[in-house]
Amino acid sequence: MSTTPTRLALALGGRLEPRPRAARARSGIVGRVLPPLLVGVGLVLVWQGYVAVSGVREGVFPSPVEVGRALVRDRSLLLSSAGTTLSEILLGYGVAIVVGIVLATAVSSSRLLERAVYPWLVVSQMVPIPALAPVVVLWTGFDIRPKLIVIALVTFFPIAVNTIDGLRATDSELVGLLRTLGAGRWQILRIARLPTALPYLFSGLRVSAAFAVIAAVFAEWVGSTSGLGVLILDYGNQTATPDVFATVVVLAAIGVALFAAVGIVERLAIPWWQPGE
Amino acid sequence: MKLAATGLAKRFPGGIEAISDVSIELADGEFVSIVGPSGCGKSTLLAMLAGLLAPSAGEIALDGAAPPGGLLGRVGYMPQRDLLMAWRTTLANATVGLELSGVTRAAARERALAEVGRFGLAGFEDRRPSELSGGMRQRAALLRTFLAGREVLLLDEPFGALDALTREAMREWLLGVWEADRKTILLVTHDVEEAVFLSDRVYVMSGRPGRVATEVAVALPRPRTLELTATAEFAQLKAQLLAPLREEARAALGAA
Repeated sequence: MSTTPTRLALALGGRLEPRPRAARARSGIVGRVLPPLLVGVGLVLVWQGYVAVSGVREGVFPSPVEVGRALVRDRSLLLSSAGTTLSEILLGYGVAIVVGIVLATAVSSSRLLERAVYPWLVVSQMVPIPALAPVVVLWTGFDIRPKLIVIALVTFFPIAVNTIDGLRATDSELVGLLRTLGAGRWQILRIARLPTALPYLFSGLRVSAAFAVIAAVFAEWVGSTSGLGVLILDYGNQTATPDVFATVVVLAAIGVALFAAVGIVERLAIPWWQPGE
Repeated sequence: MKLAATGLAKRFPGGIEAISDVSIELADGEFVSIVGPSGCGKSTLLAMLAGLLAPSAGEIALDGAAPPGGLLGRVGYMPQRDLLMAWRTTLANATVGLELSGVTRAAARERALAEVGRFGLAGFEDRRPSELSGGMRQRAALLRTFLAGREVLLLDEPFGALDALTREAMREWLLGVWEADRKTILLVTHDVEEAVFLSDRVYVMSGRPGRVATEVAVALPRPRTLELTATAEFAQLKAQLLAPLREEARAALGAA
């Protein structure tokens, strides 16, 4: 973490003398936010330039300015649809977190159970969701349940697998030491195994956060009357391409926000974790 | 005898014989060391004495009898690696044994705080292990072992990973702690000087399969300071212990 401002300082020809803490913190944020922001601005400029030069039609490939206009034009519909989709994502993701952690803890509580259940966890991911989703709608109807199930089904897997790996990664010598201190299996789980698994769990949560948005759109395509996924279909049918792009921008923003939220919770929950050090 | 092992042997699946017919004894309050070449099964022996590993043959008696529920949880054990948990502060790491024996968090904290000065950890109570030096980490691990309150402590090369100067200082410090508490300590090391300086008695183990080759009593006066290591008596004891070890090392090289 601290290498970023250092490298930036070197790259800018700066000196490496210790600076006041506040200055360092500010340059840390700048160093982290500025590069991706510049890349983003660059990409948008290239995009705008391409559309202007090639003269491609708006209905085929809208320019960023047109997408921006669509964002403003559709703001109220986008906002209410985003609310629907976001609540689906949060609920489905929440179910996946609970199911994933409980399943991982149960599965890794015994070798036999792990051997018996783990392959079926993998099989659950081999089931093509596009094939399964219409059937789920058939079972549950068009309320929020099929979306919840589809999102949870897609997102629980990285959470469960990472947590299982994390529980497994517990230092066996530490487990031995705790046993000599009189710890039983539940105490070992609480004191050593779960904390060891936390960084792994957060890796799974980040991967799942990205999947959750895609899963929500798909779930809405199969059976829904509202939400950003439905909006994409509607705009697509009207060949309102700038509006489709605007919807995608909102979806991407939700994904990024979810990803960032996981990162913030991670830093608060496991301040002791220093990846790569 | 506080702790007595008779005819201990350990054969691992696959046929590797780590230890063969090892008998050792520790009197109450005695400081005993085991030295031996690497791979002589010292750590295996400690794991068996700690109750973590079942011996293939032999018996272990604590206070004259084999404990009915096994040795696990009755003997203090400090493995080679400090095994401090990164998610706990220094103090929370040190009190984990108390926590497991049902002492409340507040009471455990209080007891640990009373000891941090003696263990050279004052001011670092609420730091994470990653912020401690190697010597401090080792002392924190020792504090965890001491706080657990067992009468017999098994220490597996506690200073093995430290630099030479820190090691020396830690030896003197450990002696001070031991002289105040008079716990029964069995220390495993490959460092003959460390063994002589600290111990009342030293067992020398031979290479695989590990057995007790000789036993040497260290009749040096206590309390001891590092100046003792410069005396002729100390050098003589060292030589006496090194001779069988060197033979072992030569034999191992010749056999290879």
